[in-house]
Amino acid sequence: MAVLVVADVHGNAIDDSTHKTVTAAAAIGGDIDILVAGENCGDAAAAAAKISGVRKVLHADDAAYAHRLAEPFADLIVKLAGDYDAILKAAATTGKNVMPRVAALLDVMQISEIVSVEAPDTFTRPIYAGNAMQTVKSSDAKKVITVRATSFAAAGEDGSASVETVAAAGDPGLSEFVEENLTKSDRPELTGAKIVVSGGRGLGSGEKFEEVILPLADKLGAGVGASRAAVDAGYVPNDYQVGQTGKVVAPELYIAIGISGAIQHLAGMKDSKVIVAINKDEEAPIFQVADYGLVADLFKAVPELTDAL
Amino acid sequence: MKVLVPVKRVIDYNVKVRVKSDQSGVDLANVKMSMNPFDEIAVEEAIRLKEAGTAEEIVAVSIGPEKAQDQIRQALAMGADRGILIKTDETVEPLGVAKLLQKVVEEESPELVILGKQAIDDDSNQTGQMLAALLGWSQGTFASEIKKDDGKLSVTREIDGGLQTIKINMPAVVTTDLRLNEPRYASLPNIMKAKKKPLDVKEVGDYGVDIAPRLEVVKVTEPPKREAGVKVADVAELIDKLKNEAGVI
Repeated sequence: MAVLVVADVHGNAIDDSTHKTVTAAAAIGGDIDILVAGENCGDAAAAAAKISGVRKVLHADDAAYAHRLAEPFADLIVKLAGDYDAILKAAATTGKNVMPRVAALLDVMQISEIVSVEAPDTFTRPIYAGNAMQTVKSSDAKKVITVRATSFAAAGEDGSASVETVAAAGDPGLSEFVEENLTKSDRPELTGAKIVVSGGRGLGSGEKFEEVILPLADKLGAGVGASRAAVDAGYVPNDYQVGQTGKVVAPELYIAIGISGAIQHLAGMKDSKVIVAINKDEEAPIFQVADYGLVADLFKAVPELTDAL
Repeated sequence: MKVLVPVKRVIDYNVKVRVKSDQSGVDLANVKMSMNPFDEIAVEEAIRLKEAGTAEEIVAVSIGPEKAQDQIRQALAMGADRGILIKTDETVEPLGVAKLLQKVVEEESPELVILGKQAIDDDSNQTGQMLAALLGWSQGTFASEIKKDDGKLSVTREIDGGLQTIKINMPAVVTTDLRLNEPRYASLPNIMKAKKKPLDVKEVGDYGVDIAPRLEVVKVTEPPKREAGVKVADVAELIDKLKNEAGVI
């Protein structure tokens, strides 16, 4: 058995989700190799070589992989696929974009967003936005899998795998990169943050969101999230959204402020270790999943909390 | 150009799903069914392309039971020109759907296929990417804006951390994200008119494609339940609990 983990590379670094995907790969069993593809990403390849339990790192350095365009990236993975029984990548936007293309080129039915490995061919994944859990057994000889990273612990960093350069697979020239507009922030990235502070419709405006939520997040060194209602109302950009149609997070501490707790939001945060809800409506469904609920006017309670920390 | 819009019949997004006690799946009996919300956005986008003079014809296609005609009729009432139903009562996995759609594309020769990024029942998020792969076409997934530009398509995509804009060759497959547009409601006169629009009903067998499932569903269960905790009286008690009981700050 051999498993290929395709790393999430950002610039010249690898994302923590790669470490978590390695843990999922280890549960399947066999030798684990990591593919690091990007442009000028030697440091990322070196970092991947340190992940515990990795046999070797395949390093593909080419302009074609600089922006993770689906067509050349999928061709590279398919070219390397022959040696592996399973190919895994975190179910972040790149994995969701690229891996189904890989699966179809290999004539494999992908298993999306697994949260546990039951056996080398059997996996559990959420369906209906996490309102049901489906366990499936794959009959494909090769498995193509995306992994919900928050469901797996991160592998350690005491490894010393070899790094092997692999040739690029060419660019079919079907697409070209134009630009990226990324939200600039000094705060931790939402899906990797240990603490997440999220605001909802109860904030009432973008100004209030900034005034109330951000000081608390900064005091705690937390990532900042929002409910879909707050995003739709224009308080914060789309990529703040936690939920079924946004990001799935599972931090140590999740603080939901002025969020009622629609099913769509709960799907994105209910695996957090400790959940705190602050809301003036004591009937709000968010209190049904909160470990600690505070029924209070958030405009008084949150600044008080920020000051007291 | 011609636009093909695949639409899926799924449990309405407002319905609370119930897992069957024999763990074989979720209960679909007497449950309200609707068009997958992401596919509604795809239909709307196709209509806007037609209204802008970019698209000439919109073909809605669905793979599913006889009743999936309702969802095709909805697309027709919104503004699609004609429909194709590929009838089956079996569950068809995304790979099988992509193979059937590949055949439809070969027959219809659209320049653009636009569909939802995922269906809200199995949450696979695969069909569009797989179809693009099988056709050897470019893909623009999770689109929040699309523009035709010098024979190419400019697609703004929702990615982790923000937005990415790419330019892709035509023909192309585009999958829709939530904020691409807000789908219109069909007016009553348009619903009446839609009943007269052409809708071809085909059988899966007509396409000669192997769609046997690759995944066996072992079981479907309720997700682990989270118990409600305690209510705290004030901010001081909250801080005390977080520090001394939960140990998270």
